[in-house]
Amino acid sequence: MGRRTAPGEPCSEPRADRARKVAARIVDPEIPVLTIDDLGILRTVEVDGDCVRVDITPTYSGCPAIDAIRDDLVLALTAAGYAEVDVRLVLSPAWSTDWISEKGRRALTAYGIAPPTGRRAASGPIPLRLSVRCPRCGSLDTRELSRFGSTACKALYSCGACQEPFDHFKAF
Amino acid sequence: MSTADAAAHVTVESLRLSAELAGSDSRAPSADVAAYALRLGDDALILSQQLGAWISRAPEIEEDVALGNIALDLLGHARALLRYAGSWDGRTEDDLAYFRDEAEFRSCWLVEQPNGGFAQTIARQFVAATFMVELYARLRTSTDATLAAIAEKAAKEVDYHRDHAVQWVLRLAGGTAKSRRRMLRALNDVWPYVDELFRDDALIDRLDGTAVRPSELRDGFDTVVSTVLGEAGVPVPDVHPSAAGGRNGEHSVWLSGILAEMQVLARRHPGARW
Repeated sequence: MGRRTAPGEPCSEPRADRARKVAARIVDPEIPVLTIDDLGILRTVEVDGDCVRVDITPTYSGCPAIDAIRDDLVLALTAAGYAEVDVRLVLSPAWSTDWISEKGRRALTAYGIAPPTGRRAASGPIPLRLSVRCPRCGSLDTRELSRFGSTACKALYSCGACQEPFDHFKAF
Repeated sequence: MSTADAAAHVTVESLRLSAELAGSDSRAPSADVAAYALRLGDDALILSQQLGAWISRAPEIEEDVALGNIALDLLGHARALLRYAGSWDGRTEDDLAYFRDEAEFRSCWLVEQPNGGFAQTIARQFVAATFMVELYARLRTSTDATLAAIAEKAAKEVDYHRDHAVQWVLRLAGGTAKSRRRMLRALNDVWPYVDELFRDDALIDRLDGTAVRPSELRDGFDTVVSTVLGEAGVPVPDVHPSAAGGRNGEHSVWLSGILAEMQVLARRHPGARW
């Protein structure tokens, strides 16, 4: 949705800004309410003539979404008129859930995924956890069903108040 | 460029290896650094392959998902490390994963140990993840920018893996008489393979500041183990270490079977693509 640049977009816009706007609209294939900009994995977009270079940072080392995102970036930027699109994977500094924007956190909650709060109360071999708020009813009476949910970045929770299961985006 | 061309343009092979991983430094690794990356990559690859076998076999569906996710993380580490190792002599991650024989692998014996029952997998996972947490925490400060970047990413992930294993060690040890008995036996079974993880050798000596000295990780490992097993009311196993020699290519009987299953498709249909 909305990945292509609308025809007739003003040419006066600086080229790098325009390319960044195109790139920023790409969504995460596994969490389609989040753009890669909201997720904080879109790092730099540089334009040199007809060539554009995009740096992205994977969320998890083995995350299969990254290949789809890479393909989507090439397709969208090619469609926007860039002849050469170079997408680079940058591991350092490592991505953190702190990079998810406020807009992204609100979108996650609205989508039914508890955003990454509930940081560890104590680290160490046997860590403690803070409560995670239910994205549906707001209750803190929730419990973890599984530390690994439908994807590597999520844990599966259940709410004691509304009885609904929900995903929690793990703090990372 | 047509749409199809654009999609075809993006393949794993087109990744520019070390330059991409580190984000700046495009140097290929030296032979020694490549050999070191191969060790770490092989550990991650074999453990990943083993854990993947649990999918659809775990005691509960959440465990299918958890072990599958952990396997995926490890596969990510293996890919990054093997790509980097292979960039030394022009081999791809697939060349290294699928077209090396047993004696060319450098995995430790711990990760080659069979999945066994669930407790056995958890015991192996507890040892492996605890070791990897210590390893990657320290490798983050490597003088090699690519190794440091891979480690920074992996460090956070293995922390979750350890956490998962610890929860199960506690749960099984504190569960029924049967689960406790199985957990104790499983820990005893994997413990002979702990020592190998912490052995220094000539390669490590040559890579001072680049590689992590395994012997220096032992104290941190022991502290975690005694804390967790203390909480679980389980004694730290006291068993004779095995003469494991995985770092020299001398492997346990199990590796050949793992490789046969992992490599059969790639070898029977070289160059096959999905």
